[in-house]
Amino acid sequence: VSAAVVRPVVRAPAAVLGTAGEPVDPCDPAVVGLVADLFATMRVSPGCVGLAAPQVGVARRVFVVDVTGHPKARTCHGAFALCNAEVVEATRWEKGREGCMSVPDLTGDVRRAARLTVVGYVPGTGEELKIRTDAFEARALQHEIDHCSGLLFLDRVAGAHAVYARRTYL
Amino acid sequence: MGELAVTVIGHDRPGIIADVAEILAGLGMNLTDSTMTRLRGHFAMTLVCTGSHPCADVEAALAALTGDGSLTVSVRDVRPEPDASTAGRPHVLTVHGADRLGIVAAVCRATAEFGGNVTDLTTRLSGDLYLLIAEVDVPAADVERLTERLASVAGMLGVDVALRPAEADLL
Repeated sequence: VSAAVVRPVVRAPAAVLGTAGEPVDPCDPAVVGLVADLFATMRVSPGCVGLAAPQVGVARRVFVVDVTGHPKARTCHGAFALCNAEVVEATRWEKGREGCMSVPDLTGDVRRAARLTVVGYVPGTGEELKIRTDAFEARALQHEIDHCSGLLFLDRVAGAHAVYARRTYL
Repeated sequence: MGELAVTVIGHDRPGIIADVAEILAGLGMNLTDSTMTRLRGHFAMTLVCTGSHPCADVEAALAALTGDGSLTVSVRDVRPEPDASTAGRPHVLTVHGADRLGIVAAVCRATAEFGGNVTDLTTRLSGDLYLLIAEVDVPAADVERLTERLASVAGMLGVDVALRPAEADLL
């Protein structure tokens, strides 16, 4: 097993960020390696609470999330990865400000469900996992699942005055 | 009461809005709707004001701001508009991709061809990324066909496009 590597994060307008990701076999060793790289890349990126495969140039439905310690998080499942994840229930839509490592100079107001149920598959074991969460973790999951579908937060901003120049990236 | 449209564009500094508003207030011109932003660092303000002074008087008074050449001011008579009727359903149109000539032209032409009326627009160039966000009223019967047309235009331009119903925030 090769060690996890930090991969370069691609930025819009890279075509891969607008490409719907292919489903993966969660037990594929290459997928397990990709997940390790996503974790490694997230860990070295200040303020990063999630990273999806398209952000490292791979159009596959895989992402990692970790909102541990974030002040806006309520429910928190720690650090985890999901393959082929889908939203199965979404309620309590709330507007919130989002940024993205792949769009480093802009932020935007996006409506997301604050109560969320997601089903996906655990890399390595292929076990089905159902995550029920809320607040910031729910937002992060929807943001990453969007990446896996080739969507950026820019595709969901609330209006013409809902994008902002980011003053500092963290 | 006449209605005047005023634009002020130029080098940004603190106090431009205060200067403009003071001059208008001094003439008894009532500032109604206005918008101001910075476009690539340039100060840009558009406003509508009402009052009894003719256009030429207001333009002459505001000319005091243009003496050093850092600001351009224009004043024009406009006819009062009736309240806008919302013939279409409000949508948010987002386009993003590599910067190239003609994105706004092609996307907004396609939108207009289906009767889509842009009510607000922001575009930004951020590094290599070009971003367009438009609020568009689209006739309900044409939403599907416009969505298909925009997908085709986006494909030709090599950009990503999304047309979504605007969120209605009702209490």
